[in-house]
This record gives sequence, C-alpha cells and structure tokens, in this order.
Amino acid sequence: MFRNRSGEFSWVDFTIDVLRVLIVLAVVVGAWNTLSSGRISLAQWVNLLAAGLAQGSIYALIALGYTLVYGILLMINFAHGEVFMAGAFSAFFLAEALNRTGFLNEQPLLAILLLIMFAGLVSMTVAVLVERIAYRPLRGSPRLVPLITAIGASFFLQYAFRGLYGSNFKAYPQLQALQGALQIGEFNIPITQIFVFSSALVLMLGLHWLVERTRIGKAMRAVSENKEVARLMGIDIDWVILFTFGVGGFLAGAAGVINGLFRPQGVNFYMGFIPGIKAFTAAVLGGIGNIPGAMLGGLFLGVIEAIGPNLVLAGLGIPGANQLKDVIAFTMLVLVLIFRPQGILGERLSETKA
Amino acid sequence: MALLEVNDIHTYYGNIHALKGVSFEVDSGEIIALIGSNGAGKTTTLRTISGLMAPRDGNIVYDGRDISATRADLLVVRGISMVPEGRGVFAKLTVEENLDMGAYIRADGDVAEDLASAYAMFPRLQERRKQLAGTLSGGEQQMLAIARALMSKPRLLLLDEPSMGLAPVLVDVVFAAIQRIASEGVTILLVEQNAHMALQIANRGYVLQSGEVALSDTAANLQRNEVVQKTYLGID
Repeated sequence: MFRNRSGEFSWVDFTIDVLRVLIVLAVVVGAWNTLSSGRISLAQWVNLLAAGLAQGSIYALIALGYTLVYGILLMINFAHGEVFMAGAFSAFFLAEALNRTGFLNEQPLLAILLLIMFAGLVSMTVAVLVERIAYRPLRGSPRLVPLITAIGASFFLQYAFRGLYGSNFKAYPQLQALQGALQIGEFNIPITQIFVFSSALVLMLGLHWLVERTRIGKAMRAVSENKEVARLMGIDIDWVILFTFGVGGFLAGAAGVINGLFRPQGVNFYMGFIPGIKAFTAAVLGGIGNIPGAMLGGLFLGVIEAIGPNLVLAGLGIPGANQLKDVIAFTMLVLVLIFRPQGILGERLSETKA
Repeated sequence: MALLEVNDIHTYYGNIHALKGVSFEVDSGEIIALIGSNGAGKTTTLRTISGLMAPRDGNIVYDGRDISATRADLLVVRGISMVPEGRGVFAKLTVEENLDMGAYIRADGDVAEDLASAYAMFPRLQERRKQLAGTLSGGEQQMLAIARALMSKPRLLLLDEPSMGLAPVLVDVVFAAIQRIASEGVTILLVEQNAHMALQIANRGYVLQSGEVALSDTAANLQRNEVVQKTYLGID
C-alpha cells in the first residue's frame, strides 16, 4: 500500500488507496445501518432486484451496440443513444395505430413482435446511415475526429426527430397482457418486468448465436481481431462494419420498444441521451469490446442502481436516496475507470488498442 | 502467357520509396522464390500484389487482367491467396473457425471436403480443431495459416517468410507441404530470408536489393552464383 510499482511513495497511489478504504467503509456502514434497521423487507428487496434486472436488461441491449462497434472500430459511437430513440419513437406511432384497431390487445404477442421488428429495422437503418454518411468517410483519421462527428450526428438525429414528431412526451399505450403481477412464492413480480427481462434474454441469445455460429459472426470477430488479414480472407470489411452497426442498431431499436412498454413516462426526442450514457457506462463496466461483458455490465448497473441507493445511501442517512440512482451509476463509472479500467470481463488494453 | 506479371512497380510508405521499379514474372505451375535481406522490399512486393497496398507506378497483370488497383478481398475471389508475414492467425478464433474464414468467399458445398484434406495435410490441426488459434505453437500456427490460405482454392499462393521463427524440423515440414501444394497445381510465389531452403524447392528465383531486382535466374544457377552464395547462403 501507498507505494507505486517501483516501491516509492506516491501521492496518487496514496489517494487512490485512501479512496478505496473510504468507499468500502461507506458501503459497509450504509448497508449495515439499512439491514439492521429492517426498514426494507425481503419482499421489497426482491422487488428492487427484479426492477433492477429489468432496467438493466434494457441497458444491456443498448450497451451491446456500443461494444460491438468498439470491438470492430475501436470507436465510441456516441450517436447510439439516438439510434435507440429513433426506434422507440417511430414504433410509438405503430403502437398507437395497433391500439386504435384493437390489435394490440387482441394479439399482444404478435403485436409486440411486430413493434420490435419495426423499431429494430428503423434503428438499424438509422445506425447504418450514420455509419455510411458520418463515419466511413472519416475512417483512418485521428480518433478525435469521429468522436466529434458522433456528437454532431447525435444532435442531428435529436432535432430531426423533434422536427418530425414534435417535442412532447408520448406514452406508449398500455398492454393489458402486461398488467398485474406474477405470484412466485411469497414474492410479487410485475409481469412487465418479467417481459422485459425475458425478451432481452431472447435477443441476447440470438446475438450470441449470430456471433458464435454464423459465418458473418465469425467474420465480425475476424475483422475485430485483424482487419488486414480479414481482407486476405476475402472478407469485405466495409460490409462487415456496416453489418455490425446494423446489428447494434436493431438491438437498440428493440430495446426502445421494450423500454416504451416498460416505462410509463413515454418517449420523446431527448429520451436517448441518459440511457445512452448509462449503457455506455454499462459497456465500460463490463469491459468495452466484450459482448458478454456488455450484457453483464448492463444487468449489474441496473441492479446497482435499484439496490444501491436504498442499501447504501439510505443507510448513511442521505434523504431522497432513490432520486440519487444516477449518482450511483456514474460513481460506478468513475470507480471502474480508477480501479479496473479494463472492466469486469475486459482484457488489459494493449498499446495498440488503447 | 505468364499467370502473374509484375511490371516496373513503385510502391511507397508515405514518402519512403520502398519498391523502385520491380519487375518479374510467374508462370502457371511454377514455384518462384523471392530472396533478399531485411528491408529489400520482399514483403512490400507481396503486399502490393495481394492488394493490401497499391503501386503508385507500374502495373500488375494477373491472368490477363490489370489488378494494380483491385482490393485485396476481391483478389481472393480471383484466386490469389496470401499467407501473411507473422502468420496472422485469428488468435481468438478456434482452429476450425480460422479455416472456415479461409473459405469465406466460397458458397459451394465442398468446404467440408477441403477441411478434411487440410486436416489430412496437417493432422496436428485436426487434434486441435476446437482450440483457440492463439494457443498453438509457432509451427502449428504456420501450418494453420497455410491450410487457411488454401481453403479459398487459390491458383496463386503468396507465402511471406513461412520459415520465420521455426525450429529446423518444422521448417522441413512446412517446405514439404509447400512442395506438395505446388504438385497439386497451385502456383507459388515464396518470399524467404532462408534462401537456402527457398532455392531448393523453387524453379526460378529473383534476388531483391533495396527495392530493385538485382538478379534473376533458375534456382539451380542462383545456388551456384558466387554473390548469392556469399550474401544469402552464408557460403564463403
């Protein structure tokens, strides 16, 4: 402790070590206070966990888009939150139309599938266009350049959708099939949360199959590892990159619909910002570029956000703890960047990748 | 007509003039050795032919068509396959997935058959087919790189330093494999620092020196050439 690698005293290492101790202390004291006061029952903990997993699976789906693109281009696609918004926002109108005809509640499963496909395709198109127009011409330029275009693309998409659909919040229609709760033993789990978690699981399994089993999936991994050799295999790497953006876009669009049906506050043109940043955090948490890492990071972040404020902050006597979940989320990001920059499952970045 | 004609190509890395007018020919069915010391331009020549780099001047004619500006991935479809310097196996893909990537351009149903013949050529790869390529030894990686390059059914195989970093026993295995591939009708352009081995299996050879062809002859004559013996074969 308090020594750097060469064994000398270093103020940076000292500060970081002190920080470590303080954080562990805060977590232990907070958790102890909360648990010993018995303020929150076991059933309530289980509910928080379920809500966290549901929110986390939405983060995970978006995080996959960040991680896929980073894995292949070593670039953070900061317009990805807007890709998510594009699908969610567009599918709102389809959901409204389906609701008016009554189809939404007569055939809920089919309607959800239709919505997910539609939003997925819209987001996929947006992601592919952004790659083609804003990123590809700049490939090979210094790394700051695509970052700036990404932010530009992000604003462009926000205001394009504001122009198209207005700036009001629009709430997805309620699905009767998703109302109510499922009784599991003595615990009550809302059906929406089960729906969110299970549909995200299906999508992630689909992605796993695509990446591990199909030829294009192997090509994605090959391009991610070595673009030059991939070209020597006859792989058109521009197409593989475009495909990767498309897959990430589809997952984000699907997440948009799932999110719309899960959260009552509705969609608007600015809705992609916070989930986008959170999902990016989740991707970094799990180890950016690592697919299982993004899934794990998303779920982890969702759970931490749900449980952390009640367990730690409330226990430390901080008022309105539940409103501070963003603090928890971004504190996690900072802590990960300090203590485990490669993320939970990430490998240590080599010079060339960093 | 030659399968490959390289006509006076000039290739640059930025401002560095790496190839200063290289010309040579490869006939169908030949094994051609390109020898030379470090920095002579051997690898750059192969990279230019395979489409990873474009010549600024001169042209490359393959199978009667100018391919100087054709992308590497399209050349694979045309029948040019390369084993890159340092093998370039996909370390995080399994042996079989690597071979599968070699057959990426193919849609025919014979891939399984060719996989079997790749394993027949290098039984070691079959034993390790589910292993990540990054866990293989250097020799096994070289075998994998060669087997992978063959999966696209090339007419012209470019090999960049296949003996680099290998134990002598393995060098023999690799060169025996190259001879076998040639005997099956694949034309081979071989870049080597190990001039001794290369000239033993080649029909003809070219000696590169600072980005230019300094010497060209049959392999047998090159082996007897005094300059070649002194500079590249270590015979005084």
